[in-house]
Amino acid sequence: METLLAILIGCLYAAGVYLMLRRSLFKLILGLVLLSHGANLLIFTAGGLTRAQPPIIAPGEFDLPANSPDPLPQALILTAIVIGFSVLSFALVLFHRAYQTIGSDDPDELRVSDQ
Amino acid sequence: MNLLLVLPLVIPLLSAALSLLAWRRIALQRMLAVVGTAALLGCGVALLATVWTNGIAASQMGAWPAPFGITLVADLFSAIMVVLAGLIGLAVAVYSLASMDEPRESFGYYPLLHVLLMGVCGAFLTGDLFNLYVWFEVMLMASFVLLALGGEPDQLRGAIKYVTLNLVASALFLAAVGILYGIAGTLNMADLARKLEDVAEPGTLTALAMLFLIAFGIKAAIFPLFFWLPASYHTPPVAVSAVFAGLLTKVGVYALIRVFTLIFVGDTGFTHTLILVMAGATMVTGVLGAAAQYEFRRILSFHIISQIGYMILGLGLAGLTSSPAVATLALAGSVFYVMHHIIVKTNLFLISGVVYRLGGSFELKKLGGLYRSSPMLAILFLIPAMSLAGMPPLSGFFAKLSLVQAGLAAEQYAIVAVTLVVGLLTLFSMTKIWAEAFWKDQPAPITEPLEMTAGERWKLMLPIVLLAALTVTIGIAAEPVFQLALRAAEQLVDREAYIRAVLGVPS
Repeated sequence: METLLAILIGCLYAAGVYLMLRRSLFKLILGLVLLSHGANLLIFTAGGLTRAQPPIIAPGEFDLPANSPDPLPQALILTAIVIGFSVLSFALVLFHRAYQTIGSDDPDELRVSDQ
Repeated sequence: MNLLLVLPLVIPLLSAALSLLAWRRIALQRMLAVVGTAALLGCGVALLATVWTNGIAASQMGAWPAPFGITLVADLFSAIMVVLAGLIGLAVAVYSLASMDEPRESFGYYPLLHVLLMGVCGAFLTGDLFNLYVWFEVMLMASFVLLALGGEPDQLRGAIKYVTLNLVASALFLAAVGILYGIAGTLNMADLARKLEDVAEPGTLTALAMLFLIAFGIKAAIFPLFFWLPASYHTPPVAVSAVFAGLLTKVGVYALIRVFTLIFVGDTGFTHTLILVMAGATMVTGVLGAAAQYEFRRILSFHIISQIGYMILGLGLAGLTSSPAVATLALAGSVFYVMHHIIVKTNLFLISGVVYRLGGSFELKKLGGLYRSSPMLAILFLIPAMSLAGMPPLSGFFAKLSLVQAGLAAEQYAIVAVTLVVGLLTLFSMTKIWAEAFWKDQPAPITEPLEMTAGERWKLMLPIVLLAALTVTIGIAAEPVFQLALRAAEQLVDREAYIRAVLGVPS
C-alpha cells in the first residue's frame, strides 16, 4: 500500500510541476492544486498506514490498543486542506482578475513588472 | 499560562476584529490601527524585559503538556523580533494615515495590516513546526491581499509571482513537516531537537534539512530563490512595501535560524557550508542587481536580498566552527544585523514614499534637486542609507563588524572578503540614489505638483524621524544593544536550555 501511494504522490508532484511550467495561468493553478494534494497525501503516508484499526479507546480502558494508527497526521491534513482550499481560491480569484486586467493568461506577458 | 506570550497574538487579532466591525467608519479604523500597533509594541517590550530577567518563557496552550499540545516559546531572539514587529507596525500605521488612499482604506487595509502582524508574531512565538506553517499561512494570506489590494495591473503582475512562489514554498514546507513527523513522531521543536539526536538515518535528516532550507529560503529570498521579491515589492503602495520589506523576509530568516540552530545540527559540515555559500551568493547577486536599477524602490528591493545574505552568513559561520564562543559571536552578528536591517530598510522605503510625494516619481532619472528643496529629508535619507552601507558610527557598521570578526575567528576568509566588497558596492548604490535624487539639479519641472498639508507632512515625517533616531541610537549605544544580541545568541547556541524551558526537566 505504501509503495502504491508513494508512486501516486510522485505522479501528483510530477504532474503538478509539469502543469506549472506550461504557459497558462489556468494550468499554473491546477499545478498548485495537484502539488498541495501531493503534500497532503505525503503526510498521510509518512504518518504510517494501518488498516481496519480505528484509534478508539475502549470503554474502561485508558490507553489506545497496541498497533493503533496515529490520528495526528489526519488532523494535520485536515488543517492543511482547509488552508490550501482558502489560499487556492484566493489565487483563483487573483488570476481571474489578472486575466481581466492584463488580457492574457500567458505568464510571459507578466514580465513588465520585472523590468 | 503566561499572558505576555499570548498578548502579541491577541492584540492584533482583536484590533483586526474591531476594525472589521467598524468597516464603514474609517476614522475609527485609523485610530485602532495606531492604538493596536502601539499596544503590540508595548507588549513586545514587556515580553522582552521579562525574558531578559527570567530567561526563556514557555506556555502550553490549552494546558496540554508539551510535546502534545501547542507550545508558545519566547527566547530573547523571539522577543526581539516581536518588539521589532510592533515597532514597524506602529511606524507604518502612522505613515499610512497620511499616505494610504481612500479606496484601499475602505476595502480593509487596516484589518489586513493587523492580521499580517498577527501572523508575523505567531511565527516568532510558536514552538511547534506545524503551528509555524499555520502562522506562515496567516501571514501570507494577509500579504497576498495587501499586495493585490487596489488591483493596478503592475500589482496584479507582481502578486501572481509572489503568490505562486510562496504557495510552492508552503507546499514544500508542508511536505517536509509530514516526512519529519513520519520519522520523529513529533513536531514540537524542542522535542524534535531531543529526538533527532539519535535517529538511525542521518542521510534522511540531511535531505529533510534541504527541504526546509528551500521552503524557508524562498520565503527569506536567498539565492537562488529570490526572484519573486524584486518582481513584486515595488508594486503596492509604499506603506505596504515598507512593512513587507521590514518584516516578511525576516520571518523566513528567523525560521531558518531557529530550525538550523535547534533541530538540524547533526550534519553541519554539509548543511551549514551550503548555507554559507548561499549567503555569499545572495549578497553578491543582490547588490549587483541593485547596481543595475534606476528605480528607487527596486534598488531598495534588491538590497533586501543582499542584506538577507548577511543575516544567513552568521548562521552558516555558527555551524562551521567547533568553538561555542565563535558560534555565539556569529549568531549575535546575525541577530544584530536583523535588528538593524528591519529598522533601516523600513525607513528607506518610507523615505522613498516622501520622495515620490515631493518629486512625483520613483525613477531616479526624473528626480533631482531634493537636497535644495528639502534638506531635512536629505539628511534623514542619509542616516539609514549610510547605515545600510555600514558607515561608522551608525548601526550597520557594528552589525557588519561583528559578522566580520566572527568570520575571521571561524577562519572563513573568503566570505569575509565577499562581505567587505558587498559593503562597498552597497555604498555605491546608496550614493547613486543620493546623487541622482537629492544632489543633481531637477531635470524637468514636476508635471503634477503634489501638495502636502501640515498634518500630512507631520504624519509622514514622524515615523521616519523616529526610525532614523533609533538607527543613530543603536550606533551610539552599540555596546548594550550588542550585549542583548549576544545574550540572544547564547540562548540560540545553548539548545539544552531551550529544550528544558519547553519540556520541563527531561526524564
